[in-house]
Amino acid sequence: MKTFKEKIGETSLQSLEALDLKILQVNIGYRCNLACKHCHVSGSPGRREVMDVMTAGQVIRVLTENPFETLDITGGAPELNPSLRTMIREARNAEKCVTVRTNLTVFFEERLESYPEWYREQSVDLIASLPFYLEEGVDRVRGTGTYKKSIEALKILNGLGYGTDSTGPSLSLVYNPQGMYLAPTQCTLEAEYRRELQERFGIAFTRLYTLSNMPIGRFREYLVRTGNFDKYMDKLAAAFNPATLSGIMCRHIVSVGWDGTLYDCDFNQALGHATMAGALKKIDDFDYAALVNRSISVDDHCYGCTAGQGSS
Amino acid sequence: MTEYYKAEDLEKFGDVGKHNPELFKKFIDWYTSSLEPGKLSKREKVLIGVGVAHVIQCPYCIDAYTKSCLEEGMSLEHITEAVHVASAVRGGASLIHTLQAHNAIDRNSL
Repeated sequence: MKTFKEKIGETSLQSLEALDLKILQVNIGYRCNLACKHCHVSGSPGRREVMDVMTAGQVIRVLTENPFETLDITGGAPELNPSLRTMIREARNAEKCVTVRTNLTVFFEERLESYPEWYREQSVDLIASLPFYLEEGVDRVRGTGTYKKSIEALKILNGLGYGTDSTGPSLSLVYNPQGMYLAPTQCTLEAEYRRELQERFGIAFTRLYTLSNMPIGRFREYLVRTGNFDKYMDKLAAAFNPATLSGIMCRHIVSVGWDGTLYDCDFNQALGHATMAGALKKIDDFDYAALVNRSISVDDHCYGCTAGQGSS
Repeated sequence: MTEYYKAEDLEKFGDVGKHNPELFKKFIDWYTSSLEPGKLSKREKVLIGVGVAHVIQCPYCIDAYTKSCLEEGMSLEHITEAVHVASAVRGGASLIHTLQAHNAIDRNSL
């Protein structure tokens, strides 16, 4: 297998550079109420890495002082960070779009029940993990009972207008394979998700994203444990599609880790590969002009974002 | 059976072509083309594949087409339905031969 860097060298691009910088993605901690088998940050209730108030404040300062359009918040479960509401409120006051990547089940945790309604009030776009439309596929990856809670959460969101009111904030669902195979095409599976969720539960949503599992974090541990790591990497590399390179996430965002370190994407963040933009390693050093022209730090896990139709 | 069927042999399918590459290439071209989406979608084609794989009881094909079904976003529900269709056709093919027995009885009876 060629390295990803070699593969990029064979394309007309030669190397991967940032194209624009409209999205500030921030991982506000690895703590999660779930411990999904495919999680690339190995999130779980036992993780202690959570963004503190001061760093969250710096993120908002950077967001509002620079021409970002969107704050994209991920985790762990972002709702488990007490700074989340303040961050969203300040971002919305600055007229920035806000997207939160939620696992849905967290809405049933104590003191977090009001989040769906509050998200709607703040016009937060939601990207919700639902690895499959059937119970067995979801519970196998995310834990027993997860599917039923996810369905209940989606019904609540629908009741608030998410997925049902096209003029309101969006509700996107995320499929990911429940094993070491690649994701199907988005349009094919989206139609099936719509039909199945509508027929079974009357649930609607805005769009479906199909993502491949990244060979890092807990999913990498599974691949190594079962002797399938090399086979999966070969599969990703064989499916390399140069057409994905213009839309690949890292060329349009910068990612801030829970401790304020700057990365090219959330996957590099999980691996600890900081951005290569000179000395700009921390949010304190944030320099929009330097970051918008930076070279992206790549490694073989990047094959996960360029396989097939792309996955980020 | 394990001495006959080894999962890793599936990856060595290309070895079949060693002693007649020309014919094997023709097979691979045909095989690949037949699975390309046409009037039927890729999903429909791999579902046919998984059904046939079970009826011909080929462990390699079952392995390969089950994975293909997963990669097309299908579940065990889809696969099970396809296998029932293929098995029912196979069952029907056996049952229809009862008419051969009926005819044989007619031919051999007073």
